Amino acid sequence: MKKDKDKILGKVTGDEYKFGFYTDIEQDSIGRGLNEDVIRKISEKKNEPEFMLEYRLKAYRHWLNMEMPGWANLNIPPIDYQDLIYYSAPKQKTKPGSLDEVDPELIETFNKLGIPLEEQKHLAGVAVDAVMDSVSVKTTFKETLADLGIIFCSFSEAVREHPDLVKKYLGSVVPYADNFFAALNSAVFSDGSFCYIPKDVHCPMELSTYFRINAANTGQFERTLVVAEKGSYVSYMEGCTAPQRDENQLHAAVVEIVALDDAHVKYATVQNWYPGDKEGKGGIYNFVTKRGICKGDNSKISWAQVETGSSITWKYPGTVLKGNNSKSEFYSVAVTNNHQQADTGTKMIHLGKNTSSIIVSKGISAGYSNNSYRGLVKVARGAGNARNFSQCDSLLLGDKCGAHTFPYIETDNKSAVVEHEATTSKIGEDQIFYCNQRGISTEDAVGLIVNGYAKEVLNKLPMEFAVEAQKLLQVSLEGSVG
Amino acid sequence: MQMLKIKDLRVTIEDQEILKGFNLEVNAGEVHAIMGPNGSGKSTLAAVLAGRDLTVTGGKVLYNGEDLLEKSPEQRAKEGIFLGFQYPIEIPGVSMVNFLKTAVNELRESRGEKPLSASDFLKLMREKKELVEIDSTLTNRSVNEGFSGGEKKKNEIFQMAMLEPKLAILDETDSGLDIDALRIVANGVNKLKSKERASIVITHYQRLLDYIVPDFVHVLYDGRIVKSGDKDLALLLEEKGYEWIKEEAGA
Repeated sequence: MKKDKDKILGKVTGDEYKFGFYTDIEQDSIGRGLNEDVIRKISEKKNEPEFMLEYRLKAYRHWLNMEMPGWANLNIPPIDYQDLIYYSAPKQKTKPGSLDEVDPELIETFNKLGIPLEEQKHLAGVAVDAVMDSVSVKTTFKETLADLGIIFCSFSEAVREHPDLVKKYLGSVVPYADNFFAALNSAVFSDGSFCYIPKDVHCPMELSTYFRINAANTGQFERTLVVAEKGSYVSYMEGCTAPQRDENQLHAAVVEIVALDDAHVKYATVQNWYPGDKEGKGGIYNFVTKRGICKGDNSKISWAQVETGSSITWKYPGTVLKGNNSKSEFYSVAVTNNHQQADTGTKMIHLGKNTSSIIVSKGISAGYSNNSYRGLVKVARGAGNARNFSQCDSLLLGDKCGAHTFPYIETDNKSAVVEHEATTSKIGEDQIFYCNQRGISTEDAVGLIVNGYAKEVLNKLPMEFAVEAQKLLQVSLEGSVG
Repeated sequence: MQMLKIKDLRVTIEDQEILKGFNLEVNAGEVHAIMGPNGSGKSTLAAVLAGRDLTVTGGKVLYNGEDLLEKSPEQRAKEGIFLGFQYPIEIPGVSMVNFLKTAVNELRESRGEKPLSASDFLKLMREKKELVEIDSTLTNRSVNEGFSGGEKKKNEIFQMAMLEPKLAILDETDSGLDIDALRIVANGVNKLKSKERASIVITHYQRLLDYIVPDFVHVLYDGRIVKSGDKDLALLLEEKGYEWIKEEAGA
């Protein structure tokens, strides 16, 4: 029996990353290294207006004087920023107008990932912007959405077609000087999605972006901007995967969300970047800055995320609650297995009156991994009657992994009510045995327990993705009980 | 037909021998009661039969002619062994419905049967719930979470009714139950009784045996069966306690 258990522990490695393939496609890329010329070339390749190039250069010059943050509970090997490729795009004939003009290899790649680019084949009610390496490949349902005045397109297209909107909102939530990775992203970001929901429009379908890293030695720096005008509603979802490689790859994204009066934005992430192999070799370094601002009164931003991938995750999606009566919620499941490391959480900055936020964070650690929750709840002096409820739970599988919680609470207003609850539990041998005795295998028992544990968060995902996420959790943890 | 044969079984927990040459034979259709004072090895017996990670230092256990100790706990369950836990385990976040549906369908799959449809499953649940008079809302909650002691025990019997085992081992299912709950637990066991099935009822007290009439009563003391008889033995134990058994065994 003891042996069985060791065998099961050993099988942690048994689960295979399903999206580890590589598409052999001709690349148009800029050589390794980073300097002002590279940035000019990126801007030129994208046909950008002058203001964009200026923004990039300002960010770059600022970045040069910054240092990588060292405060996270992570062990990050040194990254040689001159050894990376900053722009790589699958070669296509000009800009594809219709799907017929998209390279069949690319369509096939996204089919393999379960993201068909043909609109009729796609999940009903989901519009997709598919991004591979540095460029957007195809955005579906663009015309349908345009009828409602909704703009949903690649970021590059937005820069060219809607420069005023981009100029107004880019960097308004995450300024380029915000942090090291945000500055780097601001200098070299390649593509991503832009969505704009006009006043009083309720977006009728899920908007989603699918990010795929394909090329080797290439960093992915995507940029997403979501603007919800007064009284509008949108549910947005992003998913990510990458090929299986022995080298680490860098991913440093920035997401900005703006919600004006009475607007509601839901932002969901299913992050499944390649996590590295069982020995911890390879995998994506995921350094992401995501922030929303509830700019208008009565606005709301809801975050839901399932994080199972990446060898290192550093991300704290947060909300600035500026409008009076604004609300934000953050629901997260972060899974680490094998040698993965995650330092992740959220920030809720209460500025307006009667603002409220909810944080529900569920960490699951297995194998030799380390999983840290880091969260900040800040109540400014003027934020009367602010409320926050935080719940941080950790679940441990096996005894070689770690779970840590770093909650920070700063309140400058006496009327604030801030609650924090935390639990740590272990999937007990007793629970597994109880399931076994009823005929349920250990794998299935872990699946049942983990999904039960994460249910509260999974329920917050758009239905189309909840089932996927549930499967993903189970696959990520296959055989990880000791 | 012989279902279970335990021969000279020895089990050690933390360097201490708990079962010291235990023998028992159970045929299909029989109900065996195993009684004994605290610490005599009753729960260890239940645990080793269900597949708990214990050190077996000697003896063997045959179930339907095959070596039981070689099989994983879930394999044993699939072959019809059910353990009613003395202390049922709480599994937060996993609903009873989901848990039982998984269990029932695993068993069906191992028998080459198709999984039950949602409606057939719910129908089966309703039927069995009535049998054990379990509160309807309990099955909507997480497995055993926040259940009272009595509810947990009834829930074990409910699961047994759902899974219809060949060999049910009830480990002190009667402890801490009031008379009504006791009757319900007994009723569950009696309903399951048939020519093909057998039960081993482990208990400290005689009172459960007012409701479940055993074919055999065995007294376990210091890791061995020291006396066997019919239901009258249980009454004798009730009357005289375990002291005389201990003296006899010691002599």
